[in-house]
Order: sequence, then structure tokens, then C-alpha cells
Amino acid sequence: MVYAATDLPNRADNNSAMHAEISPNGGPVIGNYFIQNAYKDAKTPNIVTVILGDYRGIDTFGEQLVIFTAGLVGILVLRKSKKLKK
Amino acid sequence: MNKRFQSPIVLLGARFLSPYIFMFGLYVIFHGHYSPGGGFQGGALLAAAILLVRVAGGEKIGQLQLIEKLTTPIGVIGVIIYFGTGLSAILAGGNFLDYGVLPFPGVVEPAWSRYIGLLIIEVGIGAAVMAILVMIYDNMIKGEDYD
Amino acid sequence: MFWELELVLFVFLALAAILAIEAKDLLVSVVLMTAFSFITALLYISMGAVDVGFTEAVVGAGVTGILFVLVLFKTSRETKD
Repeated sequence: MVYAATDLPNRADNNSAMHAEISPNGGPVIGNYFIQNAYKDAKTPNIVTVILGDYRGIDTFGEQLVIFTAGLVGILVLRKSKKLKK
Repeated sequence: MNKRFQSPIVLLGARFLSPYIFMFGLYVIFHGHYSPGGGFQGGALLAAAILLVRVAGGEKIGQLQLIEKLTTPIGVIGVIIYFGTGLSAILAGGNFLDYGVLPFPGVVEPAWSRYIGLLIIEVGIGAAVMAILVMIYDNMIKGEDYD
Repeated sequence: MFWELELVLFVFLALAAILAIEAKDLLVSVVLMTAFSFITALLYISMGAVDVGFTEAVVGAGVTGILFVLVLFKTSRETKD
């Protein structure tokens, strides 16, 4: 794994393949669309917020449901029930 | 928490620090459009502000800030805000969670409508995360002893 | 950013991880794990991922620290091994 990691491009390398506008097989790089159009679509300077809340909104909704389920399991496992006490 | 760990100095420090953390959490939620942060980080900060007083002060003083019975309804309300925003986008004639079609008063452009939609769902995420983290803590404190 | 800063951070990261495993007192382990989380957050920020670093600092160093301390008070403080 260490040997493979030496072949990775450096961080902040402008000429690496993942920052190019056209990927090596000829198609467009999809991350480029988000960077170029995030401000036009939602008038929000923070791209991370736009991606998390708008483009990938269902993903964030699933994340919130996971947290909610954790809370419900916490209730089921840990909360003291009054019926069992009597 | 146990009686033998309570100390007035720790409680004073926690009471001094807690409102500032709470205010910073609100700032992180509502300023998430312009600076790093968002619903999850802000909600965790709000939960940290509440849990700090609960750890330092014990059961009775901790209830003064957010009583235990309110945590579950706030969590449910947070999830319903998010889901209701997505559902009202369907009712307005778009896809699920497509804020561009929501009819906010005084907003014509779909981009600004998305701006307000993002703000609403971040408030929902923050409320849910805060309430559920506090809820897990309360349940662990008052849970049954298995020994 | 600067590779010297990241080298120092990685050294402290490994140090905190090893000490957290080897400590006999579990409260020391929890505090060192919080420090581990915080150094990880600093590494994320130095790599340019400010949002991830923020989340790591709040959740890893704040909330899970409180929950682990709570579990320690409910159970015993010494390790068996």
C-alpha cells in the first residue's frame, strides 16, 4: 500500500487528472460542474453546503435518519420502563 | 452524575462557558452559507454546550437548560422539518428536495429560493442532532443498572 | 501546506495513539483519545478540508469525550489486562 501511495499525485497539484476538465477517457469530469455552477444555482459561496444540502440532499436526509434511528435505539435499550418496575 | 464528583468551581466554569458555546453553535448553523460549518456541526456544538452543564452540575441543574421530556419532540420536529421541506417541494410541482420550485413570498428567482430552502433544512438538521445527542446522554444517565 | 508541520503532527498522532493503548488508567486513555481526535482535526485542516476538520473537532473531541467519561463513571476505571 505504501508503494502504491507513492504513485499518487501530490496534493494541490493543478495538473493531476482529477482536477482536469476532461477526464482521460474523453468525458467531462462531474466534479467540475459543481465547482463552476454551485454559486449560480444556490447563491451560496460555500460549495460544501450546496453539495450537501442541494445536490446530494437525499444523502443528507439518510444521514439524519441514521442519527434519529440511533436515538430511538438508545431509548429502546437504555430507558427505564415503569411497567417492569412494579 | 455521582455526588462525589461535584465541585462549585467546575460548575462555575461550565456555566460561564456554556452560553458562548451555544451562541457559537447558532452562528455556525446560520452562517453556514458563507463560512465552514452547517447543520451537523452547529447541532453538535449546541449539544456540547448543554452536555457541559449536565456533566458539571448533575441532574437537577442540568434540567434547567433543556428539560429531559423536550428532547424527543425536538428531535422529531427536526426530522419533520427536513422531510416536510422535501414533501412540499413535491406538492409545489417539483422533485423531492428540489427547493427551486418552492413558492416563498417575494422570491422570484429559483436560486434565491434554493438559498432559503438550504437555510430551513440546516435548522432542521441542527435541531435534530442537538436533541438526539442530549437524548442519548440522558438515557445513559438514567438507564438501568445491569449489575 | 508545509510538510514540516504535518510531520510534527503525524509524530504526535502516533505518540498519542500508542500512549492511549498502553495507559493503565482508563481516564488517561479517554483524554489521550480526545487529543488524538484533535490532532486528526488539525491534519484535516492543514490538508484544506476545513468542514471535515470542524466536524472531527466537535464530535471527536467534544461529544464522544463526554460520552466516554460518562461510561467510565458508570463502570470501573481500571483495566484488567
